[in-house]
Amino acid sequence: MMHRCKPVLSAVALSLAMLSQGAAAAEEQFFPIPGYRVGPYGANGQAFYGGFVDYLNYVNLKEKGVNGVALTWEECETEYNNAKGVECYERLKGKAAKSAGPIHTMSTGISYALIDKSAQDKLPLAMVGYGRTDAVDGSVFPYAFPLVTTYQMQASAIVRFVKDKLGGSLAGKKIVYLYHDSAYGKEAIVALEAEAALNKFALVQIPVAHPGNEQGAQWLKIRQEKPDFVVFWGWGVMNQTALKGAQKVGYPRDKMIGSWWTGSEEDVVPAGDAAKGYMAATWNVAGKQVPVIADIEKVVYGAGKGNLQDKARIGTVLYNRGVSAAVLSVEAIRKGQEKYGKGKALSGEQTRWALENLNITEARLKALGATDLLPEIRTSCDNHEGSGKVKIQQWDGAKWVPVSGWIEGNKALIHPLFQASAKQYAKEKGITPRDCAKEK
Amino acid sequence: MEFFFEVLIGGLLSGVMYALVALGFVLIYKASGVFNFAQGAMVYLAALSVAGCMEKGAPLWLAVILAFVIMTLFGIATERFVLRKLVNQPPIALFMATIGLAFFIEGLAPLVFGSEPRALDLGIVDEPIPYFLDQWNMVISKFDLVAAGVASVLVATLALFFQTTRVGRALRAVADDHQAALSIGIPLQHIWAIVWGVAGFVALVAGLMWGARNGVQFALTFTALKALPVLILGGFTSVPGAIVGGLIIGASEKLAEIYIPPVLAGWFGGNFGGIEGWFPYILALLFLLVRPEGLFGERHIDRV
Repeated sequence: MMHRCKPVLSAVALSLAMLSQGAAAAEEQFFPIPGYRVGPYGANGQAFYGGFVDYLNYVNLKEKGVNGVALTWEECETEYNNAKGVECYERLKGKAAKSAGPIHTMSTGISYALIDKSAQDKLPLAMVGYGRTDAVDGSVFPYAFPLVTTYQMQASAIVRFVKDKLGGSLAGKKIVYLYHDSAYGKEAIVALEAEAALNKFALVQIPVAHPGNEQGAQWLKIRQEKPDFVVFWGWGVMNQTALKGAQKVGYPRDKMIGSWWTGSEEDVVPAGDAAKGYMAATWNVAGKQVPVIADIEKVVYGAGKGNLQDKARIGTVLYNRGVSAAVLSVEAIRKGQEKYGKGKALSGEQTRWALENLNITEARLKALGATDLLPEIRTSCDNHEGSGKVKIQQWDGAKWVPVSGWIEGNKALIHPLFQASAKQYAKEKGITPRDCAKEK
Repeated sequence: MEFFFEVLIGGLLSGVMYALVALGFVLIYKASGVFNFAQGAMVYLAALSVAGCMEKGAPLWLAVILAFVIMTLFGIATERFVLRKLVNQPPIALFMATIGLAFFIEGLAPLVFGSEPRALDLGIVDEPIPYFLDQWNMVISKFDLVAAGVASVLVATLALFFQTTRVGRALRAVADDHQAALSIGIPLQHIWAIVWGVAGFVALVAGLMWGARNGVQFALTFTALKALPVLILGGFTSVPGAIVGGLIIGASEKLAEIYIPPVLAGWFGGNFGGIEGWFPYILALLFLLVRPEGLFGERHIDRV
């Protein structure tokens, strides 16, 4: 009898041993990813989420996760559609109940749709360079993080750059603001109007109806206005159409500066020669000269675990933006583990605390091999943005070349706008803002 | 006044680009009485085929030929696998099938050729012609003039094809009544395959022009949005109607975009720019009230 039972007992013992080993190795930090790789903006999503996932893989391969906690993730396809974005969030949030990294939707519309839900579910929403910008005020929006910089601070930084270009004064100058006629396009208006009043320049606002694949009238109007500069807030096909429109009326491309959603390879390559000389703001730098990007190619793609089929896209603006977003997310997990225990996965609530206490210095960026990939970040309860800096880059016909250092928008002018808007939101929703002084 | 004419001419030339897309709709409607929801997706497929073949090393002329072959095969396959089963079904069934077809193309085309936006260089620069700029201070683009020439040739060819050839007459008979056409020996399946092939060719021309102008990318499917008011205005069954409708829509939306927002801003305050997204539809709707069959559409009379 004993002999007959022996194999069974051995199997049970082995299973238990494996289970306990599994339990020891089961500490995993989960990242819910409601992203998009197909649909109208699929090409943008492929590069961004490709970079994001490659960096998570890189940390797993290089360091065996964060202090031994393996990084895991699950993607759900949103097709950049708000309803599908919410559906994906609902599908992923069950898995995120135990541990959750920041959620990146790469969509202002989806972010808006999730702001209240994520706060209720205690899951932090990262909106790196997009989304609801008054969420900079963390006293009203504890779970929303418009990290690095916002549309308004970006617009302000662009004005500062143009001012330098035009000899240090904008008085009597004219700037045309050509924008996608949507919530995204309108976000920067308040900042540009404030800058126009402060710097005494004329601001001409010209909206373009979605999708923006026809801009003949707008460019004839710009030709008539004869502006000193065109500040441009486009998205998707509107970007190439604008560059071609400028070419068609003979407006110089080196007097056009776009937002960071108009400044990727995907935006300029389809416009061909029409894009040469065009400038755009960016909060992350392109290229493989950044050590961490080169190392990802070596380590992750060397191990055959790369996320992109087309390796040529490594080092592009959007790929590096995905890596930058992942760097911020992983650094938040590190920060959280310092408080809540090294080697332990963080809950959504704990990750929220970490995102609010980020301090990524130049030295830390250097240690990560990410010098100049993104600016220094220091967040707090009353500043979920953490930086407010951008660089201006110029398309030379083959690649993006930075033509400025990090430029900070006029914080004294712009941040009170966020606070006023957040206060209004709190009043409408009956939210009692946190006392940030007590959080320090 | 100079600016007014500049906007007007620019609008007319833009309208030609809309007409190029509208022509594809007209062809399918004339032959099957069905509004082809997939026409925008076909424009995307055609342009992507050209860009995809060029990326694999084919020169432009060969890529265009290969894309034409792809579009013809696609047309034949559509008849064989989608439409053949739907003969004598109500038009709404065929319409629903084209919606499915649109989603199928939008998913399949990027899978085969990749989804990243690409440039398409036809060797025609989209820059102002110096003569008009120097003499009249007017911006008229070389590219737009070429597009107008291409559209004119295409319209003339298709109009002749429908009016004077046996196949053209058979197409019109099929459009009137599938069953009656079949009963007098018109080979419905061949006719549908031909017309979908020709619509594929028109999509290829539209795809080349729009792709060269704005880049080859998913947004080419949106070009269909620009064609709808053109069809309402010109009539769903008229090839010349597509071009006239295109010209009217193009010119009116550009003039409206320039001259209406300042008036509205004066009355109500605020910024009313960007109206060209919806203005053509309002114009087309108003037109429908007066002439439901469109400018050149066939007046439909039913016996009661």
